[in-house]
Amino acid sequence: VCIHRVRSCSSIRFIKSKYVCVFDKSALKFSHQQRLFRTSPVSCGQIVQFKLSDIGEGITEVTVKEWYIKEGDSVSQFDSICEVQSDKASVTITSRYDGVIRKLHYSIDDIAFVGKPLVDIEIDASKGVASEEDVVETPPMSHEEHTHQEIKGHKTLATPAVRRLAMENNIKLSEIVGTGKDNRILKEDILNYLAKQTGAILPPSPKAEIVPPLWKTEAVPAAPKDKARRIPIPVSRPIAFSGKDKTEPVTGFQKAMVKTMSAALKIPHFGYSDEIDLTQLVQLREELKPLAEIRGVKLSFMPFFIKAASLGLLHYPILNASLDENCQNVTYKASHNIGVAMDTEQGLIVPNVKNVQVCSVFDIAVELNRLQSLGSAGQLGTSDLTGGTFTLSNIGTIGGTYAKPVILPPEVAIGALGKIQVLPRFNGKGEVFKAQIMNVSWSADHRIIDGATMARFSNLWKSYLENPASMLLDLK
Amino acid sequence: MVLQSLKNCLWLSCIHRTPKACFWSTAGGGLIIQSVSNDVYQNLAVEDWIHDHMDLEKQQVLFLWRNSPAVVIGRHQNPWQECNLRLLRQKNIKLARRRSGGGTVYHDLGNINLTFFTTRKKYERMGNLKLVVKALKALRPQLDVHVTDRYDILLDRQYKISGTAAKLGRTSAYHHCTLLCNADKSVLSSVLKSPYKGLKSNATPSMPASVKNLFEEDASLTSGMLLDAIAKEYAVQNQIDHRITLINPADETLLPGISNRTKELQTWEWVYGKTPKFSISTCLSMAYKDSVLDVQVNMDVKHGRIEVCNIDLPEQWLPPGLCSELVKGLTGSKFCPNEATTLVTTLLRVCPQDHELHSRWSLLCENMIRLM
Repeated sequence: VCIHRVRSCSSIRFIKSKYVCVFDKSALKFSHQQRLFRTSPVSCGQIVQFKLSDIGEGITEVTVKEWYIKEGDSVSQFDSICEVQSDKASVTITSRYDGVIRKLHYSIDDIAFVGKPLVDIEIDASKGVASEEDVVETPPMSHEEHTHQEIKGHKTLATPAVRRLAMENNIKLSEIVGTGKDNRILKEDILNYLAKQTGAILPPSPKAEIVPPLWKTEAVPAAPKDKARRIPIPVSRPIAFSGKDKTEPVTGFQKAMVKTMSAALKIPHFGYSDEIDLTQLVQLREELKPLAEIRGVKLSFMPFFIKAASLGLLHYPILNASLDENCQNVTYKASHNIGVAMDTEQGLIVPNVKNVQVCSVFDIAVELNRLQSLGSAGQLGTSDLTGGTFTLSNIGTIGGTYAKPVILPPEVAIGALGKIQVLPRFNGKGEVFKAQIMNVSWSADHRIIDGATMARFSNLWKSYLENPASMLLDLK
Repeated sequence: MVLQSLKNCLWLSCIHRTPKACFWSTAGGGLIIQSVSNDVYQNLAVEDWIHDHMDLEKQQVLFLWRNSPAVVIGRHQNPWQECNLRLLRQKNIKLARRRSGGGTVYHDLGNINLTFFTTRKKYERMGNLKLVVKALKALRPQLDVHVTDRYDILLDRQYKISGTAAKLGRTSAYHHCTLLCNADKSVLSSVLKSPYKGLKSNATPSMPASVKNLFEEDASLTSGMLLDAIAKEYAVQNQIDHRITLINPADETLLPGISNRTKELQTWEWVYGKTPKFSISTCLSMAYKDSVLDVQVNMDVKHGRIEVCNIDLPEQWLPPGLCSELVKGLTGSKFCPNEATTLVTTLLRVCPQDHELHSRWSLLCENMIRLM
């Protein structure tokens, strides 16, 4: 794709004499050999009134809709200053100067007039004033160096500040891939180029390595030999790192997490882990998956884990309870609303399946599908996200074996399921066989749950999963 | 009509060998391209890309595109004011904010979009629209279509079949317009009706208009015929080849940086965050047990986030600490039902486990979330 911006600098057009020309027009003589932007006799810190240029179609007024800069900001030529709107057309106004914004003449929603001042810019005198036309890149002062006039008609856009940076570092602007608007070269591009240069001797055709936009590759055939010669090899140039720390307020999801976790901290947790042999369950699921698919439902392992947990909670209801604030009363919840931790783009959410105690494994699968699609669309409702009494977190889908889950108040227990791994185990006869092993890590509130209760519950849950047929006996 | 696949085109090899004799310039003074994608974000990204990267001095470009169901709001508009966001979410209709000004439109495959790219100096909307009308009349002389001075195209002097918007940059500009061929009018009218009350904003409002599909007027028309007719007229007027070249908006080598642009257009910060500052002042009527509670809610939303939030609850209806927790939590959060839901359900975890309290809390929160 050709992105040439071919501008003939012999045809200078000073658009509309109503612009305030702070410099002598005759001083701006353009020629191919000269530096073009040092010719203006602007004194230090001169404030220029940048006027709103013609929009076209005879439009005289526009509404200011958004400022991209504020008073005191530095701007470079071609930076966006503001967005104005007129009769269904949105116009981006860009700066003609390098400098510092000293005054905004309008507020948002004000009517701005064509030809009247939009902003006042204090020009940085040492940088000079840019003309209406795009400035043409000229070769650096060193005459031994190849000029790149062989690259015909190739003009590079860059502000005077950027040009100076390139010149100081002996870099040809044509060697830099511009990432700014209209492919202009930004300061970052120079710094990145320098960073790549440090200590290395670049191969003859460096362009091929910096993934270039297509039009730049044409520069390579022009003078490959010379490029190898021209590549500067800086010996001890510091790597330019332009990264900055970024501070953001904690809002929304994160704020919610902060609250929950701070409350969870008050709960004395204890952990209990175990290993489950899911070989039989894996086989069973394989058989049942197609049946579920016929009914239009995706069947994962979670419905089994959830149902088994509910069966276990029938025997150990204290794990499905809640302790009040003052630790005076324990409420045994009748419903098993088992929460399933979900990882979404925004963060962790825990919708729950209601009344698992009266649901079949298939019912649970259906509900899980519903919650999962709502979750990924960001459309879970408040009822889906409240009322949970017990939580399972299948962190194993992402990875990991053992975990230390944090209880979600007002619950008193939580289980984290690791990933299913194929591992060698010994059977009753002392033979090694291939087993599908998953680890579970429970956390419980030690104020009302003791280790023995957790262990027994875990054993029961484990037995249901290791021998799925046993679930049939206790299914209600 | 001959559609050339871009991959088969000579120009790719031209680029690497002879820089000057590249695709764009061999095509003469103009180029007609059509997107193979129906993804509104991808297509809007192509517009951005052409606007920022192409040299339009030598030639102008006509870009033809269609989208699967989407609502597209103008650069400075307020989506809450313009459309039924709840319905959009339910129906899985995308919401996009374009960079040009103007009002809100509904796109589906029965609507075609035309973008005229020129240099800033050659920007001229009336000419473009007249071109479209000329093409339509050439195809079906009996069609009563004309351009208004608001840059709409009307059918039978009363039904809007095309709306216009434009974007002007430093050196280039584009003017794009819709053309209703066979869009779903019932969905269109239902999604473009905002249910949100009490909104006060300086965002650009849309002008509702009665619409009609061209196909209602003449059932023998197809989108293909319309696209061809317009392309032909454009080719004649610009003295170029009338062939349409297909372009794939996902092609990163053809359009470097396009996938980042596409991503940016989908971010919450762009779609919702660019909404001009607005305020909501409304009264929630909550039916609780045997009575109805009137709760005055005032919010200021800036950059799509709640800057200020006031909820006027009757005293002691909720523990005071809890209400202020809600307000504190909402302040600074996105004005977004998903974020609000997470916030309120989490807050519920850390308050006393009282059934009465919970049902009041849920009622209040459900109502608050409905505002978003």
